[in-house]
Amino acid sequence: MSSSFRDAVCDALIASASDNPSVMVLSPDVARALRLERFLERFPNQYVSVGISEANMVGSAAGLASVGYTPVIVGFSMFVAEKPFEQIRNVVAYPNLNVKIIATHSGLCVGQDGATHQATEDIAVMRMLPGFRVLAACDVPQTKALVSDMVRRTGPAYLRLGRDKAIPVYSEIGSVSERGADVLRDGDDVAVFTTGTMVPYVLEASAALEREGIHASVVNVFSIKPMDEDIVVSFARRCRCVVTAEDHFIAGGLGGAICEVLCARCPSPVERVGVRDTFGESGSQDDLYIKYGLTPSDVRDAAHRAISRRVGG
Amino acid sequence: MRDAPVSLRDLERKARYLRRWVVELIYAAKSGHLGGSLSIMDMLAALYYGVIRVDPARPDWPGRDRFVLSKGHTAPALYAVLADKGFFSKEDLFDGYRRINSIFQGHPDFKKTPGLDMSAGSLGVGLSAACGMALGAARSGAGFLVYSIVGDGETNEGEIWEAAMFAAHHRLDNLTVMIDMNGMQNDGPTRDVMDMGDMSEKWRSFGWSVRDVDGHSLADIQAALRDASASRGRPGVLICRTIKGKGVSFMENNIHFHGAVPTRQEYEAAMRELS
Repeated sequence: MSSSFRDAVCDALIASASDNPSVMVLSPDVARALRLERFLERFPNQYVSVGISEANMVGSAAGLASVGYTPVIVGFSMFVAEKPFEQIRNVVAYPNLNVKIIATHSGLCVGQDGATHQATEDIAVMRMLPGFRVLAACDVPQTKALVSDMVRRTGPAYLRLGRDKAIPVYSEIGSVSERGADVLRDGDDVAVFTTGTMVPYVLEASAALEREGIHASVVNVFSIKPMDEDIVVSFARRCRCVVTAEDHFIAGGLGGAICEVLCARCPSPVERVGVRDTFGESGSQDDLYIKYGLTPSDVRDAAHRAISRRVGG
Repeated sequence: MRDAPVSLRDLERKARYLRRWVVELIYAAKSGHLGGSLSIMDMLAALYYGVIRVDPARPDWPGRDRFVLSKGHTAPALYAVLADKGFFSKEDLFDGYRRINSIFQGHPDFKKTPGLDMSAGSLGVGLSAACGMALGAARSGAGFLVYSIVGDGETNEGEIWEAAMFAAHHRLDNLTVMIDMNGMQNDGPTRDVMDMGDMSEKWRSFGWSVRDVDGHSLADIQAALRDASASRGRPGVLICRTIKGKGVSFMENNIHFHGAVPTRQEYEAAMRELS
């Protein structure tokens, strides 16, 4: 089975287009880079070449949606979310048009292309848009399930993916949970909320914690917006301390969103693992995760800090 | 459906009283963009009375032609036309324009106002949306036509030229654009703020079928619109020479009235001129 985000997207788009002739894929000159050739061969009339012009791509997608199509934009996060952000805000989000954005290359996991291509703030900006669903997939089965689910639902949606290599987490996903979060591990000592490419690293950290006798809950929050606040509050209440982990700035991303929920409904000690107000650089994903503090041992250390801050020990 | 042909005299009369509505509307709301709304009025009248196929009784009719006012700040002109055609009442428009809880936003919101086909206001993106509609019609064989009005200042936007490339590449001959060449933008004359050079030549070099038109000659605009829709293989653009503030002598070519609200004396003088 393929372990690549890119191949998973192509498979999922082929499946969606087979069921739904209104699907129209747009990509800013990265269809080959994203290995969409199999889609292009099978559905040439459901693909639009837009060249290197992201602003017009988003505006055209809005026009297509207004006349009944389901446009699906596919490209690198930096260039399909952040570069045309104003267009997304004003002609997709504001009129609540049925445009889908699938963004690969999100976060430091981009690796060697460096900081200009590492979108470490896309969750923050996209979750500010009223009515936009903001999703992140951690592996191949979840990518396929979320692409299919987002195309099936009506309304604007953003799906965040890694660059290429996807570490398997799920064996298969029959249907996407309506809750928008999956409990991958259950424990009473610390609640770890994570999303996207950090999920397998958090599972590795939780296994290490288990060997120390610390029972962590691990919740994959694949729907950052809307977020299932009840699941966040219930695990925070039960564990009395929280860790968040994401390949994104700790400000504004999953960690920020969790803090917004908890400060209102269940004030708790929260330790956030993520990128800290700095840009990335070139390097392998592994080297970047080590340098910027996104490894299983960083998650484990954060869990220890969170537990030490628990009120009443 | 397309309206029965309107005589040139009736069309000119319509354009004149719709200009009155625009001035009244902006004076009543104490905000809005007069100069550009007056400069596009003849283009809108030419389009909406005898060319575009729309049905006020069925604003969401899927087979209707589409129109995108890419220079969305001139919404008062479009609102006046749509009210006159019966998409909503003139009274509702005058009560609501730019006021709280109204369907008549300062810039077009197609989810709120019947008769609009796209939201606009951020310059450049309206033309892209029009391209998407035209591509959709071409791919599905739906057969409707797409029209858009773009400001000459708006062509400073890079997105306009992205859209120009896109429409030519995809041979969107079901798309016709009118450029409102009033020669002025927010900060002054376009040649001083950002000189675009030979506008016709620019569009021609991007692969469009170009027609130079007197933007205040209703007959010429209608003839050019019909001619553009009939030509195959290329999108069409009308380079419409217009006068900002057209119809009110002291507003014509006066940059002050790009965004200024007339005083009571100016309002009364304008009403006299447009009577």
